[in-house]
Amino acid sequence: MSQSFSIDGKTVEFADGQTIIQAALAAGVYIPHLCYHPEFKPHGSCKLCTVAVGGREIAACTTLAQAGMLVESDTPALNDERRALTQMLFVEGNHFCPSCERSGECKLQATAYDLGMMTAHFDHFFPNRPVDASHPDVLLDLNRCILCSLCVRASRDVDGKNAFALSGRGIKTHLIVNAKSGRLADTDVTLEDKALHVCPVGVFLRKDKGFTVPIGKRVFDLKPISAYVDATAVLAKE
Amino acid sequence: MTGVSTLVSAIPEAVAAAVEATVARYRQDPHYILQMLREIQEACDWIPPEAIDGLQQALHLPRTKIEGVAGFYAFLYLRPRGRYRVLFSDNITDRMLGNMELLRHMCERLWIERGKTSEDGLVSVDTTSCTGMCDQGPALLVNNYAIARLDRQRVDEICELIRNKVALAAWPRQFFRVEDQVRREDILLGGAPAPGEALAAGCARGAQALLEQMKASKLRGRGGAGFSTGLKWEACRDAEGVAHYVVCNADEGEPGTFKDRVLLAAHADLVFEGMTLCALAVGAHKGMLYLRGEYRYLLDHLHTVLERRRRAQLLGAGILGRRGFDFDIEIHLGAGAYVCGEESALIESLEGKRGTPRNRPPFPVTHGYLDQPTVVNNVETFAASCLVALHGGDWYAAIGTSASAGTKILSVSGDCARPGIYEYPFGVSVREVLSACGASDTQAVQVSGPSGVCLAAADFDRRIAFEDIPTAGAFMVFDHRRDMFEVARNFVHFFAHESCGFCTPCRVGTSLLRNLMDKLNNGHGSPYDFTEIEKLNRILQAMSHCGLGHSACNPVLDTIAKFRSAYERRLQHKEFRPAFDLDWALEPARRMTGRDDAGAHFAKRSAEET
Repeated sequence: MSQSFSIDGKTVEFADGQTIIQAALAAGVYIPHLCYHPEFKPHGSCKLCTVAVGGREIAACTTLAQAGMLVESDTPALNDERRALTQMLFVEGNHFCPSCERSGECKLQATAYDLGMMTAHFDHFFPNRPVDASHPDVLLDLNRCILCSLCVRASRDVDGKNAFALSGRGIKTHLIVNAKSGRLADTDVTLEDKALHVCPVGVFLRKDKGFTVPIGKRVFDLKPISAYVDATAVLAKE
Repeated sequence: MTGVSTLVSAIPEAVAAAVEATVARYRQDPHYILQMLREIQEACDWIPPEAIDGLQQALHLPRTKIEGVAGFYAFLYLRPRGRYRVLFSDNITDRMLGNMELLRHMCERLWIERGKTSEDGLVSVDTTSCTGMCDQGPALLVNNYAIARLDRQRVDEICELIRNKVALAAWPRQFFRVEDQVRREDILLGGAPAPGEALAAGCARGAQALLEQMKASKLRGRGGAGFSTGLKWEACRDAEGVAHYVVCNADEGEPGTFKDRVLLAAHADLVFEGMTLCALAVGAHKGMLYLRGEYRYLLDHLHTVLERRRRAQLLGAGILGRRGFDFDIEIHLGAGAYVCGEESALIESLEGKRGTPRNRPPFPVTHGYLDQPTVVNNVETFAASCLVALHGGDWYAAIGTSASAGTKILSVSGDCARPGIYEYPFGVSVREVLSACGASDTQAVQVSGPSGVCLAAADFDRRIAFEDIPTAGAFMVFDHRRDMFEVARNFVHFFAHESCGFCTPCRVGTSLLRNLMDKLNNGHGSPYDFTEIEKLNRILQAMSHCGLGHSACNPVLDTIAKFRSAYERRLQHKEFRPAFDLDWALEPARRMTGRDDAGAHFAKRSAEET
């Protein structure tokens, strides 16, 4: 039985058990998101996918679609709030896009561009976050981590390694690796791990390969993130 | 016990013994990981990496999981913090009583820097969120044990004991005395039925009739939200599950609240009996009381009461001789995380996880502890349910107001002659409470803590009731000497410290808000910063994951609206100024070089030149 609801006036069909974002993306309607990934259980932490239903703001990734729902998403007010969230993510970490290997393939950068973010607006926190180059194949750069926990979920649910977790609390929340030494080299992480390929930003970088696609010709250099029906799948192919 | 010792091998002996003992005590059940970590720290003074090795082997948990949990709770240390870990309570009421002056004094006496461990590894001194001793502050915790009524002399004595390495158990007992200070009793604090009396009455009524009486009583949750207790119990009973659970929320973390401390100290039977009545009504066999880590000193007392109740057939198998009425209660201790007072975060913590609030729905009544139907109620709610079992729903509903049945226990602190515990029927006016506690020249009252509401004189005829001013119990009084900006700034620091960090708006937004308030305090404020505060408030209220983020801006907005002059004094500029100040940033360099001449000041020089 087909049921539907509306997003910004557009009718979207959904199946029982589908969340708003699942149904929307399946119907080709973009809702900004960072911690959501179609292959994993929704987390609901980045809040970029916040939409309004009946005047109340809710996360589209954790809210089940209901027949007849009137969802507002692409509105100036919501996009203002989402832009502020991306600005918050930029100032809490250290994001230097021009020197980042992931520029043009980074969902945070692409989402910020798409939302018209021109400055960081808030004062930068400039946190002291470590870079771990111990692993032979992978560079771990926590300066860019936005705490979406996708690598945590992928390592636990797909790789079966529990290689990553969040520790600390509040603004001191940080990613840890599964080693007494705290070094990535002392974990069983390998290049093939799903965990290394779901990061929306550039926390994990391959050591032996870089800039194979020149900056300027990368997925989000060609089209804004909102123009891709499934940006996650496009990135996975890269 | 068998098997554990062989699992834990090749780690230093004392640590191994601590791990082995705690793992055995909790039957190798990984859900108790937080309790194990806490006990290891009590034995080892911190959680050494070898202890995590041991837990990893004994419980078959990944290291990331254990470190992730340990890192969440403020009272657990993954690095050495000294044999004596002193934490000064830093609620605004402690500040008003001079806690910072005493902290500085202690640091000077011990030759240490705040927040750092002494070089000999003996002691560390820092601050912590409100420890629930507001009516007898300033207070501190030493190795999680509370010491109230601090003064300079007491601090000097503590420094002596620490320097002489006297074991905590040998410190003078009177240091650790905590007073109940009950100033006004009503039906709950004044009645005190004998242990088992309410339970017998409940059993005589039967589970179904007890539920009906609970609904008729119109008793509403005392944690602040005010959901109907009877409906909650009924929804839990009706929810399908392999087991039903009863959870008592004694994670009394809202700054300014200490009524649960007194209920547990003086009326623990009433609380446990209420939990047992709930078990009867919903068909639960297991109950858990989640006690905030700051109340560690109550743990032995509560265990004693539980043991006595077991012996009296008020807990355990076949309660009051009724076949099939099997119920017991265990106590879980928190470890310094305010957010665990949120019921779904509390359940996560009970399950041995980081205390992050869950996505809701589903709600705990259908999917709570271990995903099973669970009632989570406040300490005071369970205690009040005993009165309903004893006297019936109609009797209870007749007390208070039509929308708020019964009485409310208020924790009164701040500028008044008689701080302490006041029980009033709902509907009492703020003014009546102020008069009873001997407050004069009152400027403001913060009701229900930082996440509650700030009242000015014009509001004092308003009433404590769900339909007017709902409250979890805190009642902090500020007279005209107090700077309401400082009050709000203290609360904002509290929220930034206690944000769990899960969602972006609260994790970053509470820190941004704290920085803005500090910016105003440092004399760099302009009207621009006001609009920034309002903008942050909109985002936090609309987009945060839980109530902590929703209410984090309340104290600022309330005080801006009601005490604007306190802010205007600080708006020294008409145009935007950056928070960063170059001359100020040179201060550490000036201190290091011992210079304070004009040449060592950027701003002064440039002002002279221009």
